[in-house]
Amino acid sequence: MEPLDQEVEESELELPSDPMQLMMGPSHPAMHGTVRIAVELSGEVVVKADVQIGYLHRGFEKSCERGNWTQVFPYVDRCNYSSPMLNNVGYALAVEKLCGLTVPDRCQYYRVILGELARMADHLVCNAAMAMELGAFTPFLWWTRAREMIYDLFEEETGARVTHSFGRIGGMAHPPTDNFKQHTLAILDKVVASSDEGISLLETNRIFMDRTMGVSAISQADAIALGWTGPCLRSTGVPYDIRKAHPYLVYDRFEFDVPVGHEGDNYDRLMVRAEEVHQSARIIRQALEQMPDEGPINVDDPRIVLPPKGEVYDTIEATIRHFKIIMEGLKVPAGEAYGYTEAANGELGFYVVSDGSGTPYRVRIRPPSFALVGGLSKLITGQMIADIIPTFGSMNMIGGECDH
Amino acid sequence: MAQKLLDILIERFGDSVVLETHNHCGDETAVIDAAHWREVATFLRDDPRCKMNMLADLCGVDRFDAEPRFEVVAHLNSLHFAHRLRIKARIGDEDGEGALLDSLVPVWAGANWFERETYDMFGIKFEAHPDLRRILLYEEFEGYPLRKDYPAAKTQPLVPYREGPDVLDKLPPFGADEGMVFGRKHLDYVKEED
Repeated sequence: MEPLDQEVEESELELPSDPMQLMMGPSHPAMHGTVRIAVELSGEVVVKADVQIGYLHRGFEKSCERGNWTQVFPYVDRCNYSSPMLNNVGYALAVEKLCGLTVPDRCQYYRVILGELARMADHLVCNAAMAMELGAFTPFLWWTRAREMIYDLFEEETGARVTHSFGRIGGMAHPPTDNFKQHTLAILDKVVASSDEGISLLETNRIFMDRTMGVSAISQADAIALGWTGPCLRSTGVPYDIRKAHPYLVYDRFEFDVPVGHEGDNYDRLMVRAEEVHQSARIIRQALEQMPDEGPINVDDPRIVLPPKGEVYDTIEATIRHFKIIMEGLKVPAGEAYGYTEAANGELGFYVVSDGSGTPYRVRIRPPSFALVGGLSKLITGQMIADIIPTFGSMNMIGGECDH
Repeated sequence: MAQKLLDILIERFGDSVVLETHNHCGDETAVIDAAHWREVATFLRDDPRCKMNMLADLCGVDRFDAEPRFEVVAHLNSLHFAHRLRIKARIGDEDGEGALLDSLVPVWAGANWFERETYDMFGIKFEAHPDLRRILLYEEFEGYPLRKDYPAAKTQPLVPYREGPDVLDKLPPFGADEGMVFGRKHLDYVKEED
């Protein structure tokens, strides 16, 4: 590369006409996470783009094969740092599918509520980041404040703001706290109002509309062929939501709508997420009403669930039980299962293979953002260079998940 | 719905192609003869009774002691009928050689990155894949980490600075004189070279 301060005679100055090659990232200030996009530019238009991922590869799947089944939970937390609770629930459901377990009703509602709260937080962060990239800083602050409320609730329930590691096979680590319902209801209105307030600044904002409408649009057929799911697929008008198409937990007991877009452009992706915040709030309200206040949170199976701590200290049976589960890991029957849930960005699949021992034989994560980012180069080719960042923001790539 | 897709597959292709089926945990699974991998996939996508228009996932599994060693597992999804199917192909000998399978990119465009990842992690090659290179790791990486005989604690050799002018194909690590020179030219080691 030439030094910038070279002296050039004015007569020698000639505008280059070749395509310009430019690397964005891996640590570009406007990129979410570490990803590199190598683009070839003709003027300001992207003529060729190569998206290179893997900078956050931590060997998630290999690490899973070294511990026991429960020890995977901290890893799945770190796969998605925007909505770790959804990953916790997704992984727990996949292993429970293989074990043939169904958790008690109270736990199902608890998982639904915590999961929907995580979805709201994830959508708020994604929309906030995208708006900020287009210069709208106020919604970012408002939505971050709303997300803080959700994080406070998580902190109270799980003890951690982000990496909860709260899921367990056959239940959750702890039952809900005593004032869980009141606390959730108290923040719900504020979060939704904050989301609406921010959207009202953006949805008819001329600058914002010009920058997002019709930008990086994708057709339904392309999105399906690329394996897109979640808000990005729904923004093209496909009403596909795993919570509706293949209900898991207790989602079939709730009334909620699946918001869809028309064009599949950046604007639609943002608006679909904004509407999903409303739908999540709707689900949470119904779930809070239906959720029993009493009852077990874990399955009644001594081979799966740890005994209460009091018993472990007092009785030899419980001590042995505790020791067996901790040291050998709970035994998952040999076989394979693919558990899929609707995470904030789309289908989150866990393909688990067991050889019957306490250690996973294979844990495969199917991250939603991997398929989304796989289509990114197609999406930004032909767009202006300035639109790369909001397009990338609207897909909500989660580096930890995408790079495994 | 259960078993219906498998019946369609067996009726169309017979036992010589559909080697094995099971229905554990409600997941319909068919083991497909590797030579007919793409043919079966195309059929599943186009047949009006199946319409598997989405490739949800594609990954590898190392079965290590078994022969053939690797399993390529694809999870298919139909948005029309809301049914799912898992198809598998078994390939590769015990040393991991000869693991070659038809690429599914012509059938579902989304297979591109999933197959690159499977190649990256297991060394399974996909024939007619448009762009088969490592995706999560770098090209100098030795071995395939998700194979069972790859030790998890293994360390990799250092990679020398890359040469060559082509920016698009270039990956880190970069040389000392590359990147933002205006930030570095005051550094001592650059001055010494001058």
